[in-house]
Amino acid sequence: MNEIINRVFLSENVIRMVVSAPEIAAKRKAGQFVVLMTDEKGERIPLTIVEDDKKKGTITIIFQIVGKTTTDLAGMKEGDSLFSVVGPLGHPTEIENFGTSVCIGGGVGIGVVYPIAAALRETGNEVISIIGARTKDILILEEEMRSVSDELLVATDDGSYGYHGFVSDVLKNVIDSGKTIDRVFAVGPVPMMRVLAEVTRPFHIKTIVSLNPIMVDATGMCGACRVSVGGETKLACVDGPEFDGHEVDFDLLMTRLRMYCDQEKAAMDASRCRCNGR
Amino acid sequence: MEDKKKKIKIPRQSMREQDPQVRSKNFDEVPLGYTEEEAILEASRCLHCKKPFCVAGCPVDIDIPGFIRLISEKDFIGAARKIKETNSLPAVCGRVCPQENQCEEVCVLGKKGDPVAIGRLERFVADYERTAGDILIPEISLKTGKRIAVVGSGPAGLTIAGDLVKLGHDVTIFEGLHKAGGVLIYGIPEFRLPKDIVDAEVEYLEKLGAEIVTNTVVGRGKTVDDLLEEGYDAVFLGVGAGAPVFMNIPGENLSGIYSANEYLTRSNLMKAYRFPEYDTPIARGKNVGVIGGGNVTMDSARTALRLGAENVYVIYRRTEVEMPARIEEVHHAKEEGVQFKLLTNPVEYIGDDNGWVKGAKCIRMELGEPDDSGRRRPVPIKDSEFVIDVDMVVVAIGTMANPVIPVTTPGLETNRRGYIVTKDETGETSREGIYAGGDIVTGSATVILAMGAAKKAARAIDEYLKNK
Repeated sequence: MNEIINRVFLSENVIRMVVSAPEIAAKRKAGQFVVLMTDEKGERIPLTIVEDDKKKGTITIIFQIVGKTTTDLAGMKEGDSLFSVVGPLGHPTEIENFGTSVCIGGGVGIGVVYPIAAALRETGNEVISIIGARTKDILILEEEMRSVSDELLVATDDGSYGYHGFVSDVLKNVIDSGKTIDRVFAVGPVPMMRVLAEVTRPFHIKTIVSLNPIMVDATGMCGACRVSVGGETKLACVDGPEFDGHEVDFDLLMTRLRMYCDQEKAAMDASRCRCNGR
Repeated sequence: MEDKKKKIKIPRQSMREQDPQVRSKNFDEVPLGYTEEEAILEASRCLHCKKPFCVAGCPVDIDIPGFIRLISEKDFIGAARKIKETNSLPAVCGRVCPQENQCEEVCVLGKKGDPVAIGRLERFVADYERTAGDILIPEISLKTGKRIAVVGSGPAGLTIAGDLVKLGHDVTIFEGLHKAGGVLIYGIPEFRLPKDIVDAEVEYLEKLGAEIVTNTVVGRGKTVDDLLEEGYDAVFLGVGAGAPVFMNIPGENLSGIYSANEYLTRSNLMKAYRFPEYDTPIARGKNVGVIGGGNVTMDSARTALRLGAENVYVIYRRTEVEMPARIEEVHHAKEEGVQFKLLTNPVEYIGDDNGWVKGAKCIRMELGEPDDSGRRRPVPIKDSEFVIDVDMVVVAIGTMANPVIPVTTPGLETNRRGYIVTKDETGETSREGIYAGGDIVTGSATVILAMGAAKKAARAIDEYLKNK
């Protein structure tokens, strides 16, 4: 059984959860994800593994409450057990010493980019991290990101903390400062990743994005998570979840994420759902 | 002689079914099964041929005249046990086997009239045994101490696990999903194969002593080599041909377009047809196009009807004669109101402003010269394009090998299409101690063929372990 060892609210609707999953912890690498179900009647949802503790046999996930499943999950307490957890799934992030890597996380996406930054730093990269949120109160993992970065830049949409504006503006500033950037990793809401890919495109900086389409089995069986990359249809669960941001059809991704908008609203009285893009 | 003449006069007993108008609105099983009287009468039709062709027609060598004789003697439990000597999943096979191409095709009675309804009788006794709760757990005499890992819990995996446990081996089944049963659970709909039946079969296997580990995708976390290193003496790969096939035509990624795998998995495994009681949603199209002509096409079309569609079109590029689906399935689909658009092939999907499919642009086809399959090749008729209004599409044109195991198992030989290469009669792969069977070897086929392959592999693994 996958017992919940620890649950912490990082902000009003973002939760960090430590879950017992020894076999997953033993095998997991940065960039990989799990699919979990809260109970037998639940939906299968993919969540990136943020950290593992191989000794304790635990993994950490971070998620935002966006719909019924994440609401149910957030309501589970320490000592409760998840109905199922399967993983690690997906390809690990391609990690090598690229030189200078910029790791960008927006909102709950900071949780996904954090293990990537950590792995890059460990491999000898100079890591510049840019994290952003709508406002200061909901910015997560600042200290963790600082601990794995040579430089940490923060942006908030409302200017309540750090740079007043978007992470894409900050990235533009870094590029404009003349800094040589060898690779960019960007994880966050789809519109953010799309804009970041446009920022780096003219400079030919390879930009890796982590996609979070709707999945069912997540083993390459169903095709729910198909995305278009470089004009080719790929399955995010087995071919990804990371792809070259310059090749991704973000419009299609947005459209497909909205597929069950009406039904999710029907199932959930909550004001927000993932139909907003993430 | 007198007796034989009398027998021939008894008509093949039909099986009661839910009314098409009623059943197209529910997910309950369509055929209702035989009563005891019907079963005994049907069993009495068997001529008990000296050389029973039916047995030769069965991929798992069931003693068909033997179990039928027991039915006519009213020993239904005995009949069920007789079948279980060689077939561990009779309730499943009685429902989904294509008997018309196997045992019943070669039944002597079929030459002049209707063959004995072997499948219906098999189903009857299996259901009788299960309902009676009188399930015999055979004693396993001698433990060999050998451990076998079975990857996949579909028809092949369940069969080989049963056979190997009975031979005294320790068996662990690894299943990627959260529920065991493979295609029997995620693929075949409730109205054709109630999931309680599959659950009962899985439970039986656990009672026999097989261990089932769900939520383990071998090839992603653990690899096949990890299993061998952990001390398994042999590995059987029964992972199916699980990857979806699309046509790669424009618009195929529009919202509302599913692979059959996804559509059926949502409905069957995740029980989306009971949304919002279950959390997984599913699109409920008003006008649904289902592309293809196989059993999975029919399953998808009939599911769409039950989910409230007003019009369901099976869009198939050849004619009904070439359809790979069982006649019974096509018949059921028609009775329920599925419409057939034959000699028609989609070339493009058209979307609305929200990226949702609103039309399938199709081209008319005609039959040309025979192709490799022996069927006449469908050829597009120039300038014959037209649009079918649809707000949901299920692409059910087959599946292909999932590469997860082959790419993570060095030295495992696959063919051009990614299927695992085996020695026919044994399931031996190019790697010592690794065996394979079912769709991952043959490509998409039937439940019973996967079971037949698993039985052969079980014997081969047992032999291999004796000599190891």
